[in-house]
Amino acid sequence: MATPLRIVIAKPGLDGHDRGAKVVARALRDAGHEVIYTGLRRTPEQIVRIAMDEDAQVVGLSSLSGAHGFLFPRVCELLREAGLGDIVVFGGGIIPERDRPALIEAGVAAIFGPGTTSNEMVSFLEGLEV
Amino acid sequence: MDRRELARALSSADSIDAPAREFEPWRVLGVTGSPGVGKSCLVDRIVSRWLEQGERVAILAVDPSSPITGGALLGDRMRMASVDTGDNVFFRSIATRNVPGGLPTRLNRMVDLLVHEGWTRIIIETVGSGQSEIRIVSVADRLILVEGPARGDIIQAEKAGVLELADLIVVNKSDLPGADRVAEEIHLSLNLSDGESAPVILCSAETGFGIDEMIAAIDNLPNARGPAIARARERLLATHQEYLLSHPQYADVLKGLSEGRLSIEEALSILQRG
Repeated sequence: MATPLRIVIAKPGLDGHDRGAKVVARALRDAGHEVIYTGLRRTPEQIVRIAMDEDAQVVGLSSLSGAHGFLFPRVCELLREAGLGDIVVFGGGIIPERDRPALIEAGVAAIFGPGTTSNEMVSFLEGLEV
Repeated sequence: MDRRELARALSSADSIDAPAREFEPWRVLGVTGSPGVGKSCLVDRIVSRWLEQGERVAILAVDPSSPITGGALLGDRMRMASVDTGDNVFFRSIATRNVPGGLPTRLNRMVDLLVHEGWTRIIIETVGSGQSEIRIVSVADRLILVEGPARGDIIQAEKAGVLELADLIVVNKSDLPGADRVAEEIHLSLNLSDGESAPVILCSAETGFGIDEMIAAIDNLPNARGPAIARARERLLATHQEYLLSHPQYADVLKGLSEGRLSIEEALSILQRG
């Protein structure tokens, strides 16, 4: 069996809804990966520290509160500042189509909204060069 | 080495090049107990207190890997608000990767590295475990067993196992009915044995009741340790297991065994050759 990816699933900011994040965490676990769930209401700084301490290759950010436009780019920026620019960031939650190009521009590798299948997400992550 | 280098080094036992640690004064605390008794929440309390005392605290939290897919959901850190607070605390989630005994073989070397890098207190939280899972004593200098109110009758406390090796027994969830009775039963059971018995402390990670007493009991645990033979045996077995698992022919031998090409004796003799 291939070495599992280490993936941090994080909930940045003031957002109390984590059903989606937990479903994603479970799907990635079932695909054979090691998933670290941060719990709710973490700051971008905390998420970057967690990704560092856990030696993660991937960080998944979930947001349903509308603050993704600030939080996702901030995490990408702090990762780069910490010398962790090689970590792949993906996002999910309620992210309107019109907001997505700016997030991709800021360094988010992919956005998975409602209706994404687990297979799509897993194939994306397993296709990464990490 | 900086924090990022430390985190990377911990990922691979091969890259760990640290001298074996001294065992006194003790600094590695194991926390074990059944699933759901509140190990993570109690560790959160201990970490907060040690940080206030100026310690640098590293936590290694072990959770099980799926025996089917190899994946793992590592959720201990979400219960520990104290671990995301600053430079003096380091938290690493570790999957068992299906090593028998529930403790990854590289754990001992991870601890050596953390001690070498100046972390003054190391906490190892085991997977939610049963009575016979005592491999943790091969790594931890001191062991806390966490119990809760929802356990069986008094005979459970009479059974042999990890209860005999624990340096301190913490009965958590004192805010729920039955916890005080469990603490009393364990206390009575331990007092039937010869020698000095481990303290039993009733507390609640939820309300904070008894937490001061628990911390004081931990800080007062002596350096001299009772069951030296059990500890030596677990260290020996853990090291032997690591040796077998890291043998270059391990995967081939496993395949040969599963296909019936090798007998168990042949498999062992291959792996025990240098």
